[in-house]
Amino acid sequence: MFRPLIVIRRIPNIDFMGMRMFGFALSAIMTIGSIVLFGVNGLNYGIDFSGGIVIEARTPQPADISAMRTKLDNLGIGQVALQGFGGPNDVMIRVQRQPGGDQAQENAVTKVKQALGPGVDYRSTNVVGPTIGAELIRAGTIATILALVAIAIYVWFRFEWQFGVGAMLSTLHDTITTVGLFALLQVEFNLTTLAAILTIAGYSINDTVVIYDRVRETMRRYKTMGFSTLINKSLNETLSRTILTVSTTALAVLSLFFFGGQVLHGFSIAMLWGIVVGTYSSLFIAAPMLYYIRPKGVHGRGGEPAPSSTAAANPSPGTKTGAP
Amino acid sequence: MLYFQTWKVALILAVCALGVIFTLPNAFTTQTVESWPSFLPKHQVSLGLDLRGGSYLLLEVDTASVERDRLNNLVDELRTALIASHVGYTNLGVAGDHVSVKLTDASKYQTVHDAVVKYDPDLQFTTEADGTVTLKPTQEAVQKRQQSAVDQSIEIVRRRIDETGTREATIQREGDKRILIELPGVSNPEHVKALLGKTARLTFQMVDSNASADEGRAGRVPPGDVYLPASENRPGLPTGYVVRRRALVSGDMLTDAQPTFQENEPVVSFKFDSVGARRFAEATKENVGKLFAIVLDNKVISAPVIREPILGGQGVISGSFTAQSASDLALLLRAGALPAPLTVIEERSVGPDLGADSIREGTTSCIVGVILVVLFMIVFYGLFGIFADIALFFNLCIMMAALTLLGATLTLPGIAGIALTLGMAVDANVLIYERIREEVRGGRSLISSLQAGFERAFGTILDSHVTTLVAGALMFWLGSGPVKGFAVTLSIGVLTSLFSAILVTRLQIVTWLRRFKPKVIPI
Repeated sequence: MFRPLIVIRRIPNIDFMGMRMFGFALSAIMTIGSIVLFGVNGLNYGIDFSGGIVIEARTPQPADISAMRTKLDNLGIGQVALQGFGGPNDVMIRVQRQPGGDQAQENAVTKVKQALGPGVDYRSTNVVGPTIGAELIRAGTIATILALVAIAIYVWFRFEWQFGVGAMLSTLHDTITTVGLFALLQVEFNLTTLAAILTIAGYSINDTVVIYDRVRETMRRYKTMGFSTLINKSLNETLSRTILTVSTTALAVLSLFFFGGQVLHGFSIAMLWGIVVGTYSSLFIAAPMLYYIRPKGVHGRGGEPAPSSTAAANPSPGTKTGAP
Repeated sequence: MLYFQTWKVALILAVCALGVIFTLPNAFTTQTVESWPSFLPKHQVSLGLDLRGGSYLLLEVDTASVERDRLNNLVDELRTALIASHVGYTNLGVAGDHVSVKLTDASKYQTVHDAVVKYDPDLQFTTEADGTVTLKPTQEAVQKRQQSAVDQSIEIVRRRIDETGTREATIQREGDKRILIELPGVSNPEHVKALLGKTARLTFQMVDSNASADEGRAGRVPPGDVYLPASENRPGLPTGYVVRRRALVSGDMLTDAQPTFQENEPVVSFKFDSVGARRFAEATKENVGKLFAIVLDNKVISAPVIREPILGGQGVISGSFTAQSASDLALLLRAGALPAPLTVIEERSVGPDLGADSIREGTTSCIVGVILVVLFMIVFYGLFGIFADIALFFNLCIMMAALTLLGATLTLPGIAGIALTLGMAVDANVLIYERIREEVRGGRSLISSLQAGFERAFGTILDSHVTTLVAGALMFWLGSGPVKGFAVTLSIGVLTSLFSAILVTRLQIVTWLRRFKPKVIPI
C-alpha cells in the first residue's frame, strides 16, 4: 500500500488575526501603489490594445539587428523598434501605428519587407487598427468588473452578503495588484494577459471560498467561541489544503512559464502572481475582513482578536469535527 | 456514497471509455487516422490559425458610404422630379443625414412629396414656414440598407475568395458591420487583401465630347456630367475625362468576364445579360464615332471609340493590363461589385513553422505540467494520489474528446487553458483528501471518514468551480479570438474535472475498499 511521502500532520497555530493590521497595511500599500504605478507608468500595451504593426522575422544567418535597424530607420515610417527574441535568428519588428488609413499600415508592412530583402522568413505579421484596441480595452474592463460582481453575487447567494463583500474586496485587490505588477515590470500587456486577470478573479476566490466554508461551519459548531479565535481556527485548519491546492495549480503555471514560449509569457506571469497574491489575500484580507463586517450568527462576544496566548490554547489537532 | 449502483458504474466507465476513444485520433497524424477502419472515430480537434498557420482578416464595411450614395441619388431624383413638375427651388443638397431643398412656392409641396415617395417610400418629410423641405430616411430604412449592404458584402467577399481557389476559408459576420475572414494555410494574404480592397463597380459611360477635360479637372463641368481621372497616366492619353453621369450599362449586368489576349495584349472579355446587351446595343447604335468610357471605381480604365454598334452583348476591355491584373479584374467582375468599400482593420498572419513551434511549446508545457502534478499527488497522497492521477488522465481524455466533438477550435491560449485546468482539476482531490484526513484525525471510522470527506468537500468544490465558470463564461462572451479559445478549454476543463475528480476518484476508492478491505486509510 502506497503511503504518502510527506504528510503535514500538525495543524499549525498561526495567529492570522493578530497579523491582520500588518496584512491590511501591506495590501493598502500594494493597492495604492498599483493604482499610482498604473497612473504614472501606464501599461506596456501590446499590439492587441495599442494597434500598430508587429512582424516576427527569421533571418537565414544570425540576425544583425543594428544593420537591420539602419535599413528600417530610413523608410520614413516613424519609430521602428527591433528586438531579438527566442533564437539568434529571430527578430521582432515593431512599427508604430501609421498616420492615415488602413492603406498606410499596409504600405508600411510592404516597405519593411522590401527593405529587408529576400531570404527573410516572416513568421508572423500583425496589423491592428486603432478602433479595435479601444474596443478590446473596453470589453476587457467590462468583463473584469462583471466577473467581480458576479462572483460576489454568487458568494452572497451561497453564504451571506457579508461574505460576498469580503470575497469581492479580496478579489478586487488581487486583480488590481496584478495590473500593478504589469505597470511595474512593464511586461507586455496583451489579450492573454487580460484572460489571465479574469481567470485570477475566478480562481483566487477558490481559497477564499474554502476558508469561508470552514468559518461558517465552525460558527455553527462553536456558537460561543470568540469570532477572532474562530477565524484563526478555521484558517489554520484549512491551511494545508490552501497550500496544496495552490501548489498544484502553480506547478502547471510554472511549466507554462518555462516551456510555453514567448506568447504565453505575460499570461503565466500574471497567473503566477495571481495565484500567490490570491492565497495571501484569502488568508490576510478576506478572512480578517469578516471580523469587521460580522456575518449574522456570530454570537460569541469575544469581540477583541485573541492574543496569541489564547490562540495557542486552541483545540488540539485531534479535535473531533463531529457529524451532526 | 460508498455504494454505486451498477448502472452508475457502467455510465462512469462508458464516459471514460468514450473519452479515450474520441481523444485517440488527436494523438496521431491525419494520414494515420485516415487509414483506420471506418468504425473508429476520425475527428481531430480543429486547430486555430495561430497553431496551423494562416491569416485572419477583420474587415469593416463602410456603411456610411452606402447612406451617402443613397442621399446623393435622392438629390438627383428630387432634382428630376422638381424640373419635371416645374417647381422652382434653391439650396438643393445633402446636409448631414438628410436632403434639404427650399421651394420657391411652398404650396407645391404636395407635388414634390408625391413624386419623391414613388422613388423612396421610407422618407420622413418636414416642412418649414420659409418653404424649406427636408427629406430624411427613416431609422429602420437606414438600418435595413446597412444590414443588406453587409450581407451583400459577405456574399461578394465569399465569391471573390472562392474564385481565388483558397480552400477552407471561413467568412462570417462579426458584430454589426464587420466581416471576419480566416484563411488557413495562407500566410501571406497580400493578394486576397488586394482583391478585397476594390469595390469593383464597373460602368460604361459616354464621354461628353463638348466639354474639355482641363475645365473638368478645374471643377467646371456641364450639368449632368462628372469629371473622372484616368486609372493610369499613359503618354499620349488624357489624364481624365468628362463623362455623362448616367451610366449606359453597369457591371451588375455582366454574366461572365474572362482574361484573354488581343494582339498580344492581356485584355478582359465580357458578356452582358439580355437587358445589358440590349441597352449596350442601343447606346452604341446611337453613338457611333463617339468615345465611351469604361469606368472602374470612378476611374477611367480606357475610353475607346465606338466604331460600330456592338449588338452581340460581348466585348473586351483593354487597358494597360498585365496578365495578373487582367485576370484579377475578370475575377472581380465575375464576383460582382461590393455595395460599399471594405477596410482591413485587423490582420494577423502566422507562418506554418511558427504554428508548429507553438504546438510544440504548448504540448511540452502541458506534459511537464502533468508530470509535476502527478508526482506531487503521489508524494503527498500515496495511493490516493495515484487514484487522483488516474482520474486526471481521464479528465484530460474527456476534455479533449469534448473539444473534438463540440468542434471547438484549439488555440495556443487554449492549450494554456488545458495546462491550467490540469493543475486545477486535482484541487478537488486535495479538498476531498484533506477533509478525509481531518475526519480520520477526528477519530472517525474508515468508512465514515471517506463518506464525510466526499460529502463535505462537495459544496466547496462546487463553489470554486462555479466561480471559475463565471469568469470563463464572461471571457467567452466578451473576449475575442485567442481569449475565446482559452475560455472554451477552461470552461470545458472545469466541467469535466468536476466529473473526474469526484466520480472517477470515488469509484476507484470504492472498488479498492471492496477488493482489499483495508483497515486504515493510507493518507
